[in-house]
Amino acid sequence: MSDETNKGLLSPFRRKLLMGMAALPAITMLPKTSFAQAPATSAVNTTGLAVTDTEVTVGILHSATGTMAISETGSIEAEKLAIEQINAMGGVLGRKIKIIQEDGASDWPTFAEKAKKLLVNDKVAAIMGCWTSASRKAVLPVMEQYNGMLYYPTFYEGLEQSKNVIYTGQEATQQILAGLNWIAKEKGAKTFFFIGSDYIWPRTSNKIARKHVENVLKGKVVGEEYYALGSTQFNSVINKIKLTKPDVIFTDVVGGSNVAFYKQLKAAGIDLSKQALLTISVTEDEIDGIGGENIAGAYACMKYFQSLDNPNNKTFVPAFKKMWGEKTVIGDVTQAAYLGPWLWKLTVEKAGSFDVDKIAAASPGIEFKGAPEGYVRIHENHHLWSKTRVGRAKLDGQFELIYETADLVEPDPFPKGYQ
Amino acid sequence: MFGDYSIGDLGSIFVMQGFAGLILFSVYVLMALGLAIIFGQMGVINMAHGEFMILGAYVTWMTSNLFQSYLPGLFAGYFFLAMILAFVASGALGMLVEWVLIRHLYKRPLDTLLATWGLSLMLQQAYRSVFGAREVGVELPQWMLGSLHVTESIEVPINGVFVMCLTVLITIGVAYVMYLSRWGRQVRAVVQNRIMAGAVGINTEKVDRYTFGLGCGIAGVAGSAFTMIGSTGPTSGQLYIVDTFLVVVFGGAASLLGTIASAFSISQTQSTLEFFMSGSMAKVLTLLAVVGILMLRPQGLFALKVRK
Repeated sequence: MSDETNKGLLSPFRRKLLMGMAALPAITMLPKTSFAQAPATSAVNTTGLAVTDTEVTVGILHSATGTMAISETGSIEAEKLAIEQINAMGGVLGRKIKIIQEDGASDWPTFAEKAKKLLVNDKVAAIMGCWTSASRKAVLPVMEQYNGMLYYPTFYEGLEQSKNVIYTGQEATQQILAGLNWIAKEKGAKTFFFIGSDYIWPRTSNKIARKHVENVLKGKVVGEEYYALGSTQFNSVINKIKLTKPDVIFTDVVGGSNVAFYKQLKAAGIDLSKQALLTISVTEDEIDGIGGENIAGAYACMKYFQSLDNPNNKTFVPAFKKMWGEKTVIGDVTQAAYLGPWLWKLTVEKAGSFDVDKIAAASPGIEFKGAPEGYVRIHENHHLWSKTRVGRAKLDGQFELIYETADLVEPDPFPKGYQ
Repeated sequence: MFGDYSIGDLGSIFVMQGFAGLILFSVYVLMALGLAIIFGQMGVINMAHGEFMILGAYVTWMTSNLFQSYLPGLFAGYFFLAMILAFVASGALGMLVEWVLIRHLYKRPLDTLLATWGLSLMLQQAYRSVFGAREVGVELPQWMLGSLHVTESIEVPINGVFVMCLTVLITIGVAYVMYLSRWGRQVRAVVQNRIMAGAVGINTEKVDRYTFGLGCGIAGVAGSAFTMIGSTGPTSGQLYIVDTFLVVVFGGAASLLGTIASAFSISQTQSTLEFFMSGSMAKVLTLLAVVGILMLRPQGLFALKVRK
């Protein structure tokens, strides 16, 4: 500090200087507000959410620890990437998104408790989160009671719809029916063997698949088997598959069991290049653990594969790898999680408000043209219109796109004739 | 359900189902041997058993990566070295844990349950921090994949045969160490009467440490072998812990022979039932049978005869 200033502080000049300093915070705020021309906070936030003139707070609620961390890590990464990209573009209504991340710890009551904390204490404008249906079911009453907004990324069994949830993954009929139609037509498949983990999603999905096979495709289900979550021994069921010789093995085995199932299938001499296998539960994430050599040749039916060849995906995949490392892979749910923050931003901008009621009302009809899976649109029932695709697993752990529906498939969470 | 199939088909399925049962049997024995030593001989309820197994699995994964990068020519044989390293790593961690934690709790066996449960959570989070939350895929040499074609329709999984041979070898090894070696005699002496064993000059602390290390080391080898049939992730150990305790408790805690008999009866019941009904139902019935027998025989199948 120079002598001159020192004198100044002692002189009448001091008062002027202090006045100038008092104005400093206001000056630093000026460029941002004038640049984005953000609307006044009082106008866009009438319900007391955590929205300031420069920031809006959003919650991320996934399991970073516990058994589900395997799956949910990808979703956390995708949501952070989307939020960073949105912030780089100037944020939402001129406000940067601030993240509060909570850990559901693979425990459903913890999910509910953390959701309540995010809504009541932190007053977040939206929550990106949940993965398993169990965690979503635990969080749903909290979202409805405290009027929050949840963006839920996982493909799931359907039979649910809420004003307070946007389902960015596919519901069961969207995911399954197109795949079954394709394999019946392409492989002339008539007999199916179902094997799944024993909980609500595989059971509901297989119920839908069975009705479709029997009533629409006029085929036959020659076996339907469930194994407890975490089972690692599948030799008996593999023998049953060998005995019944189905045209298609249809699987929704999840978690660590998945790895055991495919390793033992291969060890038992079932060659997936000859035996058709259609899975709705294996994404690129799971193949990391299973090993490409154990599952190469299997078909998977979902809406997104990392290898999709479209301009959006070609910018999305490198951006994801740049942020999270060259070796990370991107599965269906990870992509669906990436859609959450973007759909929320578009809805907020259409509604011109952060208020949850206005967002819920403005959501139907929201289009996102930048989705890595291609164009998506929100349906009146808060699910997404999306294409269904069939991919074939390759040795390197990626899927090769074999088939995609010509049009977007309508989400139908309460399918008639399938319940 | 068999009306539609030919005799030949059925015959080969029964042969393969027999093998499936034997493979399950070897898996159970391999899982339970380490715990049978720790729980059976030392009375420590080691809830972190699964995590010691997964340490072995991660060591195998690292070894396979090393061989792929630096010694691709020897990749076909890396698995044997990986199993030895898994034994050393898990055994060393086991001895460390015994020194830091377990030795203070010998007089409070129920507290070991809580302490090792906490240890298992810490190890899981450590694996997650070091290796990442996602599962890793352990690449196996080509000769260990696929199956042996015995006849046109009978195929025996190679990895199953490998696990069976390994189980037999390790069981013989453990039986020799525990029942025929001088050190095994010391272990059994300490188990029967710690104070008297100390009085006749056995270094009980050292015996405890090595016994615990041996049990953990065998868990590591089991984990290494299970990379062939299961997943390797931070929480994969949890998949094994229930079955492991089931086998050890059902067999009668202090008896190696009991562990083997119990693994055999549980695995055969389960794999037979699995063939005739769905997997979940088979598990339920197996557990019911185990609970029923334990109600009649709380000490398990084989129990040491002790004077009450």
